[in-house]
Amino acid sequence: MELYDGPLDVKEIFGRWLDEEAESNYGAYIPFVGTIRAEDDIEALSFDIYEPILQKWFDEWQEKAKALGAVVKMAHARGDVPVHTSSYVSAVFSPKRRVALELIDAFVEDFKANAPIWKYDVKNGKRIYAEDRSTPMDGSGLLA
Amino acid sequence: MIKVEFLGPIGKAPMEMEASTLADVATRLKEESELSAWLDKCAVALNDTMVNDLTTKLKDGDRVSILPPVCGG
Repeated sequence: MELYDGPLDVKEIFGRWLDEEAESNYGAYIPFVGTIRAEDDIEALSFDIYEPILQKWFDEWQEKAKALGAVVKMAHARGDVPVHTSSYVSAVFSPKRRVALELIDAFVEDFKANAPIWKYDVKNGKRIYAEDRSTPMDGSGLLA
Repeated sequence: MIKVEFLGPIGKAPMEMEASTLADVATRLKEESELSAWLDKCAVALNDTMVNDLTTKLKDGDRVSILPPVCGG
């Protein structure tokens, strides 16, 4: 798992991951790129990350992937990420395509629901929590 | 004494309190008016492991994290 301050260098990351697994005999490599869209007059999105729990969440996914003979990788941005640049990339490598196609779907969806990352719109230089697009994590409301 | 920290957009300084279970923490946090809009949608971690049981026992030095709704990517 890789965390960066500011937008991701997508080509460098995907190229490096490709090199890392060049001799691993995986038949499928499925990358996912999340790009900041220009909408609602935002200049950028901004992200807070709680790394200790994100690392545990990611480690559990690595174990799930390993059980299927696959590998998951991800990188995410911290702080401000301007429109038309990338805040998130992930990828699955697997021996055959079916496992990778299903795993990238499950991995990215669970990422959206349970990775401890908070998103803010940046407008006129101000950070505004993207509450309406955020999802309570599994187990929310315990203390209410 | 345990420590409660509030992550992401909650924007509240950490609190220290005496608590023997998470239920004690819930009782104490409900007294904080600025948390009333948060608690029903926040998840909880104990020493960086997600927890889902109010009877979870706490010991001196434990760290409880309050995690508001997330949106990575």
